[in-house]
Amino acid sequence: MSVQRAPVGPVAETASARRDLSGRRIVAKRFLRHRLAAAGTVALLALATCCFGASWIAPYPRNAQDLLTGARQPSIAHWLGTDDLGRDYLSEVLYAGQVSLSIGLCVAVLSTALGTLVGAIAGFTGGWAEEVIMRVTDLFLIVPGIAVLALALEGLGPSPVTIVLVLTGLGWTVIARVVRSQVISLREKEFVEAARVIGASGVRIITRHLLPNLVGVIAVNMSLAVAGAIILESTLSFLGFGIQPPQSSWGNLLTQAASLVGTPKAYLLYAPGAAILLTVLAVNFVGDGLRDAFDPQGRK
Amino acid sequence: MEAVSHTEVVSHTASPPELLRVRDLTVEYRTDSGTAVAVEGLSFDVAEGQTLGIVGESGSGKSAASMAIMGLLPRSARVTGSIRFRGRELLSLADSELREIRGRRIAVIFQDALAALNPMMTVGAQIAEAVRVHDPSTSRASLVERATELLDVVGIPSPATRLGQYPHEFSGGMRQRVMIAMGIANEPDILIADEPTTALDVTVQAQVLDVIRRVQERTRTSVMLITHDLGVVAGLADRVMVMYAGRKVEEGPVEPVFYEPSHPYTRGLLAALPRIDRRTARLTQIPGRPPQPGERPAGCPFQPRCPHAEPAVCGDAGTVPVAVADSHSTACVRVHEIGGDR
Amino acid sequence: MLRFVIRRLVYSVPVVAAASLILFWGVRSTFDPLAKLRQGHDAGALRREVARLGLDRPVLEQYVLWMKAFATGGWGTSTRTGGDVRAMIGSALATTVQLVFWGVLLATVLALGIGVYSAVRQYSAGDYVLTALSYLGIAMPAFWCGLILIQLLAVWPKERFGLAEPPLYFVGLHSPGRSGFDMDYLRHLALPVITLTISLIASWSRFSRASMLEALSSDYVRTARAKGVPSRQIFVRHALRNSLASFVTVVALDSAILFGGLVVTEQIYAIPGMGRLFLASMLAGDVFVLIPWMLIVALATVLFNLAADLGYALLDPRVVLR
Repeated sequence: MSVQRAPVGPVAETASARRDLSGRRIVAKRFLRHRLAAAGTVALLALATCCFGASWIAPYPRNAQDLLTGARQPSIAHWLGTDDLGRDYLSEVLYAGQVSLSIGLCVAVLSTALGTLVGAIAGFTGGWAEEVIMRVTDLFLIVPGIAVLALALEGLGPSPVTIVLVLTGLGWTVIARVVRSQVISLREKEFVEAARVIGASGVRIITRHLLPNLVGVIAVNMSLAVAGAIILESTLSFLGFGIQPPQSSWGNLLTQAASLVGTPKAYLLYAPGAAILLTVLAVNFVGDGLRDAFDPQGRK
Repeated sequence: MEAVSHTEVVSHTASPPELLRVRDLTVEYRTDSGTAVAVEGLSFDVAEGQTLGIVGESGSGKSAASMAIMGLLPRSARVTGSIRFRGRELLSLADSELREIRGRRIAVIFQDALAALNPMMTVGAQIAEAVRVHDPSTSRASLVERATELLDVVGIPSPATRLGQYPHEFSGGMRQRVMIAMGIANEPDILIADEPTTALDVTVQAQVLDVIRRVQERTRTSVMLITHDLGVVAGLADRVMVMYAGRKVEEGPVEPVFYEPSHPYTRGLLAALPRIDRRTARLTQIPGRPPQPGERPAGCPFQPRCPHAEPAVCGDAGTVPVAVADSHSTACVRVHEIGGDR
Repeated sequence: MLRFVIRRLVYSVPVVAAASLILFWGVRSTFDPLAKLRQGHDAGALRREVARLGLDRPVLEQYVLWMKAFATGGWGTSTRTGGDVRAMIGSALATTVQLVFWGVLLATVLALGIGVYSAVRQYSAGDYVLTALSYLGIAMPAFWCGLILIQLLAVWPKERFGLAEPPLYFVGLHSPGRSGFDMDYLRHLALPVITLTISLIASWSRFSRASMLEALSSDYVRTARAKGVPSRQIFVRHALRNSLASFVTVVALDSAILFGGLVVTEQIYAIPGMGRLFLASMLAGDVFVLIPWMLIVALATVLFNLAADLGYALLDPRVVLR
């Protein structure tokens, strides 16, 4: 009798095996085994819950001023202290997170969608779409992004919607380039050739055959786009082009606290920055986890 | 496992003085899904001036065995057994002591010369480095002279100008010659040629093999020729060792092994070769494929594919070889039962 | 090589021209250069200025006129300060170049050192600590980092030890009335340079670690080991040497962005460089500074991209410039 040990784990992964259901389970398993990615996901979910559930979770209502109290150091009653207007800083940070997280998410979704679309068309058909992408990216490569953003926001006015649009306008080229190069390499593959031979339409080939293979790249890029958008938004706010009071975002809170450096009220500086740091860190871990989960060979 | 009481055990005293003596070498890798055994209970000798051909499919452990001799396996590998070089136990040497032997007493020619040569260093600098590492006092002028001479030995035209060129400026065959030049730079006692011709065109293969043969005649170095190509072994080797799934299945002088193979796997390999000296109705192939390291059967690893397998006996087969003739041994425990069946 | 340089420069002309045209149009349609004058109710002066600046003509024609003047050195005057635009940009550029120089120098040395150490000691405690720090460095918004640094390295020690002056300054590059390379300059330089290098060190060291690891796992490193080359020499002569070409490219490409991209650092530390000039001009709608500013920054980027390619070709013999 031959005593055969059952093969443990994927023995020979083929391109087709990776796409089926068990392949999806492998991806999920690898992602969860990436401990930092799992921790990042938990942290993100917790942050999002606290911010968007602020009406229930925040210890004080929004913008509850108490001018008699004024700015106080962190205490039991106010974990992160209070600001000049006597508002509970923890509550303010949570409410501000709604704007920051929404902007990050919207920009990521929009720029990924736009970039994937244009990149897929450009890679698949070549021609004008390809020219447009390459030229526009060239343009964005030679002028500093922060200047373009500031100029655009100065022209359009700094509302959350324009911020999202402007950040999307700058951000889509990155994913478009990636998707384009992926599609170019994919379109030469046999299964795409085969689909073309049996007469599948271009749209069908893109949606049925190409996009499923791009899920990994898109997911990774989207997570990075969230991080980039949150940092950019806060930076723009700091420079005076972002969210304007009375609306608040983490960047905007930091801007107001920036002038307090060197004063006893400098404690107001730490919480919003730490919130940004935590979010970006968590998102980056998720991105790393996704990258490893979708591309086991690419682990460095 | 090793309960082979009824067969006689071959003594490993080869007639010429032995240079390298490998005993019960086992190489294991620890991976996510358990331990994978790359080499299991491997024993063989390399004699002075001799060429030993090591034949096996990819994954048979032939490269892992040679890298174990050089101490170049990745850290995840666990090596046990004994490798004695001129009486010195290599497995217990510190890395600094091993470095004295690497490249000087034992050198390697790697398979893919394009990847194995540093793309950023000139060919001359890489050959000179091999010399200088072991003799730091060598002057620049004599390094250049030596490198030129070496390129000339391996048959590279206008060696003096080629010295200053980078690997990508050479053709595949010429690059492999550079690898050989680097390998013999310190006139090593043993030259391990790890699939030296695999990546090359057939005509270039013959040229490169010819270079190895000439070099060996010149320096009297011993050669361990690792290949999956039986033809290469037939042309170059004195002895041949056939490996399968991490184990040695047969070993002996080239002619007896080729003309009277005793292990079913060796027979299968030879039957799969096209011959011009014999009319065969059709080429046969061995059914199935080699087992993955994690799914090897107990005992003889070849039994699932073997036409003569007898589970009760083969399942207990160990790694101790059975003698079939003078200095010709096999791992098949049923060799005497299946003897005439060809 | 020379042909390559010339061709690349020629190719970049239309891109820079297109960028400048879009910017010109964007800035012109966002800002009114005569906003101040319009408030003055002096119709005659207004009309004279419109005619002098050519504002009544089509934007494209304005652009061509402006470009002609720009190319011949007539950069005009700032509507914000009334100063000569060329002099303003020149002095701002000189200031920013100092930050870029010291920052890139420091970041390159540290990132390379960290990357090599982490790769050679992969999975050691040191590698883990440095990796964690680099994750923090990448995730930290630059301006927050700068503010914290001021609090931590200037304000806190001053208060804690009752110093007359903070150990590191955080306004400008020189104390009033001083100039040149002295201790005062270094104490001013430290905080902005640290601020701008943190993210650079973080991302460059990740890159250098990855490319070192790739080189160390390559076949030619195995060959070198088989030759008996000692580890230290393998690290330097084989692995580091091979990872250097791509590292230099990344450094050059990232540095290019710094000339116009130090807006935040310069703003925090009140350093009169290109970033601060941009911000001030933007808030004042000073088009005559903004447009040449963009052009200069774009030119710097083009030149650094070119330098990146040249550096790569110099370091990698396989690359032939054509």
